[in-house]
Amino acid sequence: MIDAMIYALPFLGEGFLTTLAVSGLVVAGSLVLGLVLGVALTFGPAAIGWPIRAFADTIRAIPLIVLIFTVYYGLPAMRVNLSPFWAAVAALIAFKAGHVIEIVRGAVQSIHPGQMEAAKSIGLTFVERLRYVILPQAVRRFLPPWINSVTDSVKGSALVSLVGVIDLMMAIQQVIGRTYEPMPLYVLGALIYIAVNAALSVTSRRLEARFAATVA
Amino acid sequence: MSIVLSVRGLKKRFGSTTVLDGIDLDVARGEVLVVIGASGSGKTTLLRCVNALVPYEEGSVTLEGTEVYYTAPNSGVRRGDRQLARIRGDIGMVFQLFNLFPHLSALQNVALGLKVTRGLPKAEAQARAEHWLTRVGLSDRMHHLPAALSGGQQQRVGIARAVAMDPKLLLLDEITSALDPELVGEVLDVVRGLAKEGMTMLMVTHEMQFARDAGHRVVFMDAGRIAEAGAPRDVLGNPQSERLRKFLRRIELRTE
Repeated sequence: MIDAMIYALPFLGEGFLTTLAVSGLVVAGSLVLGLVLGVALTFGPAAIGWPIRAFADTIRAIPLIVLIFTVYYGLPAMRVNLSPFWAAVAALIAFKAGHVIEIVRGAVQSIHPGQMEAAKSIGLTFVERLRYVILPQAVRRFLPPWINSVTDSVKGSALVSLVGVIDLMMAIQQVIGRTYEPMPLYVLGALIYIAVNAALSVTSRRLEARFAATVA
Repeated sequence: MSIVLSVRGLKKRFGSTTVLDGIDLDVARGEVLVVIGASGSGKTTLLRCVNALVPYEEGSVTLEGTEVYYTAPNSGVRRGDRQLARIRGDIGMVFQLFNLFPHLSALQNVALGLKVTRGLPKAEAQARAEHWLTRVGLSDRMHHLPAALSGGQQQRVGIARAVAMDPKLLLLDEITSALDPELVGEVLDVVRGLAKEGMTMLMVTHEMQFARDAGHRVVFMDAGRIAEAGAPRDVLGNPQSERLRKFLRRIELRTE
């Protein structure tokens, strides 16, 4: 079994990098999108909030695999041609953004309204109030659920193999196609995913401890 | 005497409830105007309308002739974010529950507005914040987070944060109501000092003794209107309406 794993490793490098790239893009993209939409949902007028709420609720109600296929097969019909890689990344970002919107809203709304008022009273503009007063406090409540969602993204990235992107999962399949020994390869794959997510968990715990220390 | 704050025909409704029902009020430069009244009489809402924490739809609030929430009196056109922020920067506010920024030290709490709103260089903002924290007796607490300070100390930081901006008008909203009785004195002493130096103040309080000896004028609010106004000696010593007499009796009973 160990032999089979060691044999497979060199073939998995590129796929592993693709998995990291997909995960990284999804985490960064959904963070930016979710942050902007989450803030708009929390503070914006109903005309802005309503479509955002509809987007977040709808997208979270769709199975991720359905979403990926919809984007992959649906966009060309709308004359948007994306490579499998970018179609899958776009679907994952949209899906994750739905979660980040909710996490942002929850974190920002947990800040006492007096904080916004105090920030107004010293003459800060809306963006300054967010930057100096609200977000630094909200980040502490934002981090734990967000890190959970990041590990979800890493796991969810395995689905890109279904539209033909050669990520870690697909690379494993390819090796199995040659060796006809599925077990060692799936165990190896599981171990790699666990290692990545364990690293993320440790990082998150460090981050949380740091923010807990600065905000008593 | 020049007028700093002028309120005319101010009305405010929350849904079907009328909280302010036509307020007319002037505050002159250097004046300490004390607002008293039962809870629900609209005094806190009045204060919050002045710096537009609560938007008002009817009437006018002007700071040195500039309408606060709208581009011109009764224009109905709201100011942009940046314009309103700049005007708010000239109106200091101290809150009942302090509302200090919990992630910032006392010094950073005071320096934030100086840096961001006033655009002072970091060193200058810091020096000015240190100056004001020393003034309120907290020179040895500058680097503490709010959670490490007593209520009285927190409120003194709150005052320093507001006055460091060198505001044209200072709003004080029941600033001692959330404090333990033995901490009230240290906070009111700071306010007394500011009054002596000519800070213009609009203050909601239940501290009648303070209203009597530090206030220049007292306004009694009842059901969203100004029911009585005048020198503290007259309003508090010789109340004209039954409502005010009742209110003062209740307050006296509580403080004795």
